[in-house]
Amino acid sequence: MAKEDFIEAPKKIKLSTSSKVFYGISYAVVLLMAIICLIPFLLLISGSFTSEQWIRFNGFSLLPGELSLEAYKIIFKTPERILRAYGVSFFVTIVGTALGLFLTTLTAYVISRKDFKYRNVLSFFFYFTTLFNGGMVSTYIFYIQYLHLKDSLWAVILPGMFNVFYLLIMRTFVNNIPFALIESAKLDGAGEWRIFFQIILPLLKSGFATIGLFLALGYWNDWYNAMLYLSTETKYPLQYMLYSIQQQTQALSRIAAQAGIQVQNLPSNSLKLAMAVVATGPIVILYPFVQKYFIAGITIGSVKG
Amino acid sequence: MKKDGFVEEFKRNKALFAMAAPAFILVLVMSYLPMAGLVLAFKNYRYDLGVFGSPWNGLGNFRYLFQSGTGWLITRNTVLYNLLNLITSQILAVVIAIFITEIHRKYFKKVTQTVILLPYFISWVVVGVFVFSIFNYETGLINNFVKAAGGEPINFYGMPAAWPFIICAFNAWKWTGYNSVIYIAAITGVDGEINEAAAIDGATIFQRIRYITMPSIRPTMVTMILLQIGRILRGDFEMFYQIVGNNGQLFNATDVIDTYVFRSLLVNPDIGMTAAATFYQSVLCFIIIMVVNAIVKKIDEDYALF
Repeated sequence: MAKEDFIEAPKKIKLSTSSKVFYGISYAVVLLMAIICLIPFLLLISGSFTSEQWIRFNGFSLLPGELSLEAYKIIFKTPERILRAYGVSFFVTIVGTALGLFLTTLTAYVISRKDFKYRNVLSFFFYFTTLFNGGMVSTYIFYIQYLHLKDSLWAVILPGMFNVFYLLIMRTFVNNIPFALIESAKLDGAGEWRIFFQIILPLLKSGFATIGLFLALGYWNDWYNAMLYLSTETKYPLQYMLYSIQQQTQALSRIAAQAGIQVQNLPSNSLKLAMAVVATGPIVILYPFVQKYFIAGITIGSVKG
Repeated sequence: MKKDGFVEEFKRNKALFAMAAPAFILVLVMSYLPMAGLVLAFKNYRYDLGVFGSPWNGLGNFRYLFQSGTGWLITRNTVLYNLLNLITSQILAVVIAIFITEIHRKYFKKVTQTVILLPYFISWVVVGVFVFSIFNYETGLINNFVKAAGGEPINFYGMPAAWPFIICAFNAWKWTGYNSVIYIAAITGVDGEINEAAAIDGATIFQRIRYITMPSIRPTMVTMILLQIGRILRGDFEMFYQIVGNNGQLFNATDVIDTYVFRSLLVNPDIGMTAAATFYQSVLCFIIIMVVNAIVKKIDEDYALF
């Protein structure tokens, strides 16, 4: 939030007791909520630094039990699998974000051009997909049987590339550019593509950052499309690889609970947590620096176009 | 005279047509063409014959879906979960937003807001890992406390009644930050001077919230509720699937249309019945959002979505 958004406390007025209580409660509730938001992360990090043996006997805890780098050592001892998944995630994120950003900007520019007759028809064409869609079954069958996307990385890139919500946010950014700028460039004889690349694009830096970050977050966290369409393990992105490991432990644990026995060799509890740390790390580290773009995007997106 | 047909517009704005073409084609292929697949709901799908070659089956798929009881169960679950999640997450977001805007310590405010938004950035896979680490039978955090207190460990994964609470809690955990950002924007959109003037005139904090803050967030709240109602028959597949997984013991309490469809599509394929479920979901969702939007438009045009 920008500085001017803060409501300054009326300094000269003495707070009544009920206001004091109110402020006390508001600090307490906000603090409690923040702690609740952090607890799972604490659990995750301490678990990943605890030895497997300790977790087996004592379970997960909020503070690391017996400190150990075992899990991270395993990950980085045979790093091929993890590194490949990292590579896939980076590849998908970079290619998808770049293509999506280009597509979104071009389209947002067109639907914000007041002299384009079909801009409303076009906007509606995109908006309609948020109201009605083919559903999971027909989409799945169509992608596999007719687009032949089975086991292709395009199956994880194409579906997230274009999003109406991002289109509308980007349009808001484009709308901030005065139309007169385009008109005068036209009078000077600049072609449409030149106007777009040389005048519009340089003015859209914060729009780029905002939409680019949303797209990148979506790609980085995607496991759903990978689960539906990918079948070769070497193509798995990081999140889906983590999911497969999680899946194995959960199944074993369920069998154990039903049989009422303690399973002594539940595989890789700490390994799983370490992988979650590795998969989430880049986001959590980057997040404080780019938070303002997300807040700007969420705020713009909540205002009806 | 300026002509206004499609051809003239195309000649005039050729470049703009070209710029919009990639996204147009992408959405046409990826979103519109699959809609044709909705006819599968009325067909007996055979892979070798394709979508359009498969024989018609009338309403057989729908009859099967609802006579087996599954159709009602997953519809009930989807609607109830959406209502529960809508109410809890919106109330929590409004409360947090009001408190955060009233807090004046900049540093405290900044740090807590950052932390509360953090869950939005975490993938559901990792949330699934959280849930398992907290609730599993042998090593889960809660069972550790139970065991430490001398109790018998609880088998949450065999206890359907616990899951509505768990799902609702994690939904709120994930979305409260995101939703509160929207409400904070709405609250701070009000001129700070109004609040200050009211305070100087002797309005208590409760009066300011009641008469200045609440009215300022009402339009936002209506929009958010409308958007959610438009999705009332859509389960958040990623959330349900990661939190519950393929755990048959919990299906009665946790199966929503989307998880059911997924299982019947990939785990034990029954394309016809699944297609019937998605057809019913898509069409009903569309009707609901159109009707609700029309009603809202009639009451107050400003609040309508489109």
